[in-house]
Amino acid sequence: MSKQFIEQIQVKELVARGIVKRFPGVLASDHVDFDVHSGEIHTLLGENGAGKSTLMKILYGMYRPDAGEIAINGDRVRFHSPLDAIRHGIGMVHQHFMLVPTFTVAENVALGLPSSRRVLLDLDVVSKRIEELAKTYGLQVDPAAKVWQLSVGEQQRVEILKVLYRGASLLILDEPTAVLTPQEVDEFSETLRRMIDEGHAIVFISHKLHEVLALSDRITVLRSGRVVDTVPAVDATKAGLARLMVGREVILQVDHPEVAQGDVRLAVHGLSANGNSGLPALRGVDLEVRAGEILGLAGVSGNGQKELAEVIAGMRRPTGGRVLFDGTDVTGALPGKLLDHGLSYIPEERMVDGTVRDFSVAENLILKDHHRKPYAHWVFMDSAKIASESDRLIEAFDIRTPSRQTPLKSLSGGNIQKLILARELSRDPSVLVAAQPTRGLDVSATEYVHRRLIEQRSAGTATLLISEDLDEILNLSDRIAVIYEGRIMGIVDREDVDVERIGLMMAGVSEQAAGNASA
Amino acid sequence: MSWSIIIGILSSGIRLATPYLYAAVGETIGQLSGVVNLGVDGVMLMGAYVAFFVALRTGSLSLGLIAAAGMGGVFGLIMAFISVTLKAEQGISGIGLYLFGLGLSTFLFGITIRNVQTIDGFPDLAIPGLSRIPVIGEIFFQHNILVYVAFALIPIAWFLLNKTPFGLKVRAVGQNPEAADSLGVNVARVRYLTVTLGGMLSGVAGASLSIALLNTFQQNLTNGMGFIAVALVYFGGWRPVLVFAGALLFSTVNALQIWLQVAGINVPSDVALMLPYIVTILVLAAMAKRRVNAPAALNKRFERGES
Repeated sequence: MSKQFIEQIQVKELVARGIVKRFPGVLASDHVDFDVHSGEIHTLLGENGAGKSTLMKILYGMYRPDAGEIAINGDRVRFHSPLDAIRHGIGMVHQHFMLVPTFTVAENVALGLPSSRRVLLDLDVVSKRIEELAKTYGLQVDPAAKVWQLSVGEQQRVEILKVLYRGASLLILDEPTAVLTPQEVDEFSETLRRMIDEGHAIVFISHKLHEVLALSDRITVLRSGRVVDTVPAVDATKAGLARLMVGREVILQVDHPEVAQGDVRLAVHGLSANGNSGLPALRGVDLEVRAGEILGLAGVSGNGQKELAEVIAGMRRPTGGRVLFDGTDVTGALPGKLLDHGLSYIPEERMVDGTVRDFSVAENLILKDHHRKPYAHWVFMDSAKIASESDRLIEAFDIRTPSRQTPLKSLSGGNIQKLILARELSRDPSVLVAAQPTRGLDVSATEYVHRRLIEQRSAGTATLLISEDLDEILNLSDRIAVIYEGRIMGIVDREDVDVERIGLMMAGVSEQAAGNASA
Repeated sequence: MSWSIIIGILSSGIRLATPYLYAAVGETIGQLSGVVNLGVDGVMLMGAYVAFFVALRTGSLSLGLIAAAGMGGVFGLIMAFISVTLKAEQGISGIGLYLFGLGLSTFLFGITIRNVQTIDGFPDLAIPGLSRIPVIGEIFFQHNILVYVAFALIPIAWFLLNKTPFGLKVRAVGQNPEAADSLGVNVARVRYLTVTLGGMLSGVAGASLSIALLNTFQQNLTNGMGFIAVALVYFGGWRPVLVFAGALLFSTVNALQIWLQVAGINVPSDVALMLPYIVTILVLAAMAKRRVNAPAALNKRFERGES
C-alpha cells in the first residue's frame, strides 16, 4: 500500500454551514446547513431540483460554494476538485457508474492511484487488498472479472470498493438502490450496516421513501434549495416525508379501479431480436395485453426491455416471432404504419426518441400527426389550428411552459414528459407502450403520470408498462411479467403478487423455483 | 520464382514497413486515449523534410532524426491544442493538420533545398551472428538501425499500454473519460501526452523515409502513407501486435507489386500499384464487424461537468 492512504484522516464529523450556490437564474443552494458524523447514515431527500445534487457536489469538491463553509473534525476545509475531497477521506458513488467496462475490477480500482512498483502496475497487490476489503464489508466480487460481465449489483460493489480502497471514511451515495433488485437492496443495506459499524459516515441520497425510512438514522428534506427539516428516521412517516418534500399532501398510491377487460389488443409470439451489439437481446418473448389492462414488465435494466419496446414500436427489426395488433400481423411494419393501427409510444429516452430538442413545444406536440388533419391540409400546415390545439393540450395536460413557441429544451424533465403524454394520449391509443415513463421525474410529476396511465386504462387502452421501478409496476399493473436475459421468467396476477418472488425472477430464477424458494 | 527473389521481396517488405510502424504505433497510442489524428501524413512530411534538411546541412543523420522527432512533437502539440483544449472536431482538425504539413513542407523545400537531392542515409547494420543464419538472417537482420528500432517499438508499446499505470490511464481516458476524471486522472494532460508522443513518432516515420529508406526529399514524399498508417490502427484493432501484422502484410504486398513491375511481368502498372490498397480495403471490410476493442470515447470531446 502506498502510504498516502494510510495517513488519511478519519472523518468523525463533517459540518456544512450556510452553503449558498447560485446558477444563472436559480438559487440551487440557499443557506443550507447539513452535518453528518461517523457511525450514522444521514439521508438527503428532495424532489428533482431541490438542491440534493448541488449540495452533494459541493461536499465532493465538484462545485465551489458561493458562500458558507465546510469543516471536517472541526477544521475548515476548502475543496478545489474531487481530488481534494478524496484526500480528506470523502468518497462518492455516482448514480451513473463511473466504471471502465472493458477493464477488470482491479484495473478500475487501481486507476489513478500510484503503484507500489512505481512505473509497473501492481494489479496483484491491488487484487489482494480488494479481497480483504470485500471480506470486511461483504462486497464479494472477483478482482479479475471484466466489469462489463458483472451484474448491475456487482458493478455497484466495485464502485463502493473503489471508494473504500482510497481510504474514504465518509461516503456519499447518490441514489444507490435505483438499479437494484429487492434482494440486492437487502445485501446493500447489510453492507451499509457494516460500514457504519466500522465507523464510517454515510450520506445517502434517494427518493424511495420506504428505503429512506428503513436505512437512515436522520433525514434532511430539501425543497427549492432550502432545508425544510431534519428529522430522526424513527419519528418519520412516508406521508409526512412526502408532504415535506412537495409542500402539500401527495397521493402515494393511485386508485386502481375495477375495469372490464376486453379483447387482446397487443400480442407478441416467440419474439426474438438483437441488441445494438448484434447479440441476442430477446429470446422468444410471449406476451398478450388486453383492452383495459396494464401489463407491467419488471426487470433489471438491460435485460431486453428496451429492445422489446423498440420492436413493438417498429423501431427495431425482430429476428424471429410475430407482433399482432388486434389480431393483425404487423411484424416488421414501420412506425408510421403502426401509428395508423393506434399505437402510442412513450420512449425510454425522452430527449432522444421522444422529442426534438430544438423544436418548439407546439411542433413537438404535433410531431406524429403533423401531416394530417387537423394540422395539415394537402401540403400546407394549418398554423391557426396548430396553435389552438397546442394551447388546448398545454392546458389539459398542465404543461408548464412560457408559451407554445418555447423551445422544448428549456422545459423541465417533468414537463417534457407531460408533453409526450399529451401527444401520445390525445391520439386515443388502442395500444400504449410506456417505457420508463417516470424515470427521473419527481414525486409530483410521477403522481401525474400514474394518474393519466390509470385513466387511459379506464378508457380501454391496452398498456404495456416497462419500468425498472418495481413499486411503480406493483401500483399500476393488472398483471406483472418479469423479464430476464430476453426471456419472460413468469407472469403473475396483481392479487398474487409476492415481491420476494418477483425479485428472484428478476435475478433469473424461474417462476416455479422462485415460488418454491419464497414459499 | 526463385528463392532469392522471395527473400528479396520479404526483406524489402520489412524495410518498407518501417515508416508505417512508427506512424501507426504513435496513432494507436493517441487513439487509445480517444483522439483520432488524421494529420499523420502531414506530420510525416514535416518530419521527412526536417530530417533531410538538417542531415543535408549538418551532415549528421542523428541530428536530423532528433529534429524530425521534435518537429513531429510540435505538430502533435498543435493537434492536442486544437482537439483537446479548443475541443474542435477531431476529423476536421486532422485534415487541417495534414494540409498544413503538406503545404509547409512543400514551401520550405522550395525555398531551402529547391531541387531533388540525395544523401547517404543510415547504413545497413548486419547483426553479428544472426545475419548469417540462412534465409532468416537475410530477411530480418540486415537492415538499418531505424528498422530494428521500429520492431522494438511493438513490445515497448505493448508494455507501456498494458503493464504501467500510465497505460492504464491512457486506456481509461479513451474508454470512459468521466470515470477517469472522477478518480483524479487529468484527462487533458493524458491526451496531450499521447498526441504529442504520436506526433513525435510520425516525425520519426517521416525521417525513416527521407534519411534511411529513400534518402531524398521531394514534394509530397509520403504520398498518403500517413493515411494508410491510420487505417492500420483500425486494421489492428488498437493492438500493437496486430497493427504490426497489418503493416507487414501491407508492405509485403507493396514489395511484391514493386517486383512485379521491375521484373516486367505482364500486369498493368496501375493495377499493380493498386494491389496493396485493395488488400487493405478487403481486410478492413472483413474486420469491420470486429471492433470490440474500439475506445468508446474515440473522436469524442471531453467536457467536464460544470464547476
